[in-house]
Amino acid sequence: MPAVRGDGMRGLAVFISDIRNCKSKENEVKRINKELANIRSKFKGDKTLDGYQKKKYVCKLLFIFLLGHDIDFGHMEAVNLLSSNKYTEKQIGYLFISVLVNTNSDLIKLIVQNIKNDLNSRNPVHVNLALQCIANIGSKEMAEAFGHDIPKLLVSGETMDVVKQSAALCLLRLFRTNPDIIPGGEWTSRIIHLLNDQHLGVVTAASSLIEALVKLNPDEYKGCVSLAVSRLSRIITASYTDLQDYTYYFVPAPWLSVKLLRLLQHYPPPEDPGVRGRLNECLDAILNKAQEPPKSKKVQHSNAKNAVLFEAISIIIHSDSEAALLVRACNQLGQFLSHRETNLRYLALETMCLLATSEFSHEAVKKHQETVINSLKTERDVSVRQRAVDLLYAMCDRTNAEQIVHEMLNYLESADYSIREEMVLKVAILAEKYAGDYTWYVDVILNLIRIAGDYVSEEVWYRVIQIVVNREDVQGYAAKTVFEALQAPACHENMVKVGGYILGEFGNLIAGDKRSAPQVQFQLLHSKYHLCSASTRALLLTTYIKFINLFPEIKTEIQNILKCDSNLRCSDAELQQRASEYLHLSLVTSTDVLATVLEEMPPFAEKESSILAVLKKKSGRMSAQEAHKEARAAGGAGGAAAAVAAGAVKNSTNDKNAKNSSADLFGISTPPVNSQNNSSSNTGVLVDVLGDLYSSSNNSSMPSVATNGTNSASPATLTSGVTDNIKKFVCKNNGVLYENDIIQIGVKSEFRQNLGRIGVFYGNKTSMPLQGFLPSVSISSADSGRVSVQVKPVESTIEAGAQVQQFVNCECIDHFEDLPEMLVCFTYGSVPQRLSLKLPLSINKFFEPTDMNGESFFARWKNLSSPSQESQQIFKTTCPMESGSIRTKVMGFGMQILEGIDPNPENFVCAGILHTRTQQIGCLMRLEPNRQAQMYRLTIRASKDGTAKILCNLLSQQF
Amino acid sequence: MQFMLLFSRQGKLRLQKWYVAHPDKAKKKITRELITTILARKPKMSSFLEWRDLKIVYKRYASLYFCCAIDQEDNELLTLEVIHRYVELLDKYFGSVCELDIIFNFEKAYFMLDELVVGGEVCETSKKNVLKAIAAQDLLQEDETPPNALFDEHGLG
Repeated sequence: MPAVRGDGMRGLAVFISDIRNCKSKENEVKRINKELANIRSKFKGDKTLDGYQKKKYVCKLLFIFLLGHDIDFGHMEAVNLLSSNKYTEKQIGYLFISVLVNTNSDLIKLIVQNIKNDLNSRNPVHVNLALQCIANIGSKEMAEAFGHDIPKLLVSGETMDVVKQSAALCLLRLFRTNPDIIPGGEWTSRIIHLLNDQHLGVVTAASSLIEALVKLNPDEYKGCVSLAVSRLSRIITASYTDLQDYTYYFVPAPWLSVKLLRLLQHYPPPEDPGVRGRLNECLDAILNKAQEPPKSKKVQHSNAKNAVLFEAISIIIHSDSEAALLVRACNQLGQFLSHRETNLRYLALETMCLLATSEFSHEAVKKHQETVINSLKTERDVSVRQRAVDLLYAMCDRTNAEQIVHEMLNYLESADYSIREEMVLKVAILAEKYAGDYTWYVDVILNLIRIAGDYVSEEVWYRVIQIVVNREDVQGYAAKTVFEALQAPACHENMVKVGGYILGEFGNLIAGDKRSAPQVQFQLLHSKYHLCSASTRALLLTTYIKFINLFPEIKTEIQNILKCDSNLRCSDAELQQRASEYLHLSLVTSTDVLATVLEEMPPFAEKESSILAVLKKKSGRMSAQEAHKEARAAGGAGGAAAAVAAGAVKNSTNDKNAKNSSADLFGISTPPVNSQNNSSSNTGVLVDVLGDLYSSSNNSSMPSVATNGTNSASPATLTSGVTDNIKKFVCKNNGVLYENDIIQIGVKSEFRQNLGRIGVFYGNKTSMPLQGFLPSVSISSADSGRVSVQVKPVESTIEAGAQVQQFVNCECIDHFEDLPEMLVCFTYGSVPQRLSLKLPLSINKFFEPTDMNGESFFARWKNLSSPSQESQQIFKTTCPMESGSIRTKVMGFGMQILEGIDPNPENFVCAGILHTRTQQIGCLMRLEPNRQAQMYRLTIRASKDGTAKILCNLLSQQF
Repeated sequence: MQFMLLFSRQGKLRLQKWYVAHPDKAKKKITRELITTILARKPKMSSFLEWRDLKIVYKRYASLYFCCAIDQEDNELLTLEVIHRYVELLDKYFGSVCELDIIFNFEKAYFMLDELVVGGEVCETSKKNVLKAIAAQDLLQEDETPPNALFDEHGLG
């Protein structure tokens, strides 16, 4: 047993030794149960335990829990320890509750009270313990209980530095739980100014907090940019001796430098030329330092130095404006590509992928092609090889496509199984994208099937067929090449599929050559028939009937095959049906009819390769890169926009895939691909882009962003996907509030008296998780105190395709005017998204319909006669004036429709009571539609001054 | 940082620290999965791996593996140095730390980590300052704070 430090607990050490000496799992469990029984009896016993004993037993329980066993008692004793006046007992108590948080509400109250006491302690060590505990637990209750005190502690001049550090990070943790706890206004600048603090530890902790705040609300914290730049500049120019203990292995304050550089990445390059110049000087200096000889041989020195370097490169890539810096960054990474540290090679490859997408550095990245290809061959770590593949893909363009594709094909033969499928997709995409000559493309795809047939997905071989069908110039070559490929003794089934399809269409183009005469073609294909799966056989049967049309001379031979028992009586219904239908088709129809039915396939619609969508779906990393790329393609007009576009591409292509794979691409009963697509293929890209704008999003939206690189297409895809239904929610409680290509937000709400509960449902429509998911609601300053909302927290990640729900409890305190603002922030790919929406919470939700007769209606109407009690609007309508739909809206508004009061049956007269916490507001309404003029007159009277106007504004917008 | 795990070459978990809430079951699953993945890796491989939507940074010191899960935008190299700083602190405190020290003084290992990292972010990077704080804790055996009246009120004293 090693020496026990501090005021070690001997009993604990003995117990741990015992456990370690247990020879079997059963022994261990036995020993633990014995100990648990002992502790339980001690806790329950009559004898009061002293602090030391309590501490010891609580610590044992903790140890047992950390071994992986459940603990269901001892919480109370741990909470007891919190109030001990012995520091070490207190500390163990805190440790226990931090590790085993229990939502038992009685205890939570006690814990909170204890933490409060310690926060107010004059002893900074106690305050810190309390802060660390809050930060460890970070629950909603903690946010509520301490959200008020901690900001004060953070900026107060009296707080000690060590406490400030913990307070900053504690606040950060609570902010992640509940973003509302951060006070705005003057606090903003006080928090920002922590960047100027004397104590580097405080600045480091504060910069983490500020970075998180900036992420959510960059405008509010804009002031931090110049402070961060000057702080950074002071660190970078400092010599390593200046910062004393904040120098880490000869690198001045690496943690702080990285944080500051990260923070600055949330902003565009500073507008102020002075600040901008200073930042560029810093970046320049960091790049210069990378070239200096190392001050130490230790890996810690190099790691810390390069951590700062990579962060600097990251900001250079992010601003994408300084060509010189981008090229320098690229050259620096180029050196790392052949560094002996695997970690550096890995990171360099990864970061270069981003540089490859910048027009300024794309060429510079290409210079390293040989090195990257070499790492593909020599790297021993598959994750590094994977990065090399990514980079080759990213740096590929028309000039180097042939070589890169060639190298990737070479590598594919020996590649790790785990990355083959993705490589196949990448090769297929590059070959198509950069095919100057489609014979090359056909060769590449057939090679793919030959080398890695098992990893060639349907999309890949569908695609080669689409391209061959669409390009006359390559059809003869394709027929010849597949014919040759099929002659290999063992060829992959995917090859048989492609071969069968292409020969069925274009076999006639090579039939003149004796070596590939009709009969030879047929026999070659049929020699594979029995080795293939049912779906391939079905395809081949279609090829055979196509042969009957192309080559009448082998008709009898084929009919005999169709006739044979194994086909005509095949146990597979599909094969049997095909055999019998094709046979009869060939027997009963004239050659003319046969020729018409079996005519060559019309061209497929020119669309973005569906393979690209599959690739994006396959790897989240890829989509992030694509999103980044598209952000650039869209002229840097905001990464979010491009990511939405990317989402659109993905979704629509997925739909298409679903269609493709379910439809029988080859069946005679289905017309070859749908005719709607054919018509659009002739009219070209422009119409398709417009089609995007005008068509509904799910059907023919053509994903033109990625492949053809037309920038104009991305705004089109953008606008098509977004719907914001907030207006409709004034008169209804449930439905889809908002939808774009990434997320769908639905609402289900219920109200009673002055209280309400709104359930908000967030559905992730993509195949990537949405991270850092953080919805928040705020009330306009005009309405503060008039309505309160309480937002329950949600998990910060929404998995692909998943839905999470969030409840918002609300209370109407007084009449209020604006809908609360709802801000939904999250990261999709690596691109931060911000949706600024409204919460469908309007004053009319708190209506209680009230019935009354005409007499009392008119009496009340007369009573409410002061001008501030009435509001009237006369307005033209844009909607059809259908009495049914008007009635639905009026009823949805929440008041009671009173029948038979107004002499004109077209008019609506209504009454209702608005429930607020402070009072009940009686409201009366008359709505007069005028069909001839297409206008309405709306009059509302309410017992409280100003309420009528609010209601009038709300309702008039509904027509 | 979302969490930190310490485990032995035999796959025994020695310390776990979670900065993002997960149910116990999920924690166990994550731990198992990562321990298996990392133990299967060879020495010359990179210290980083992609795992779910996080990045895993790990390093082996003698018989112990230190493993951190960080967000996509976090800095991998610097995370390696957070681990190293933690190891240095343990080393300084225990005087050439070994796995047994962490087993028998697990609570100290937690206290030390709480000084270095708070809420998943680096709090104090100065080795001197952290050790000073820990030393101050060790000195504070007997405190003069009066007993808490509230607990007496509740009959819990």
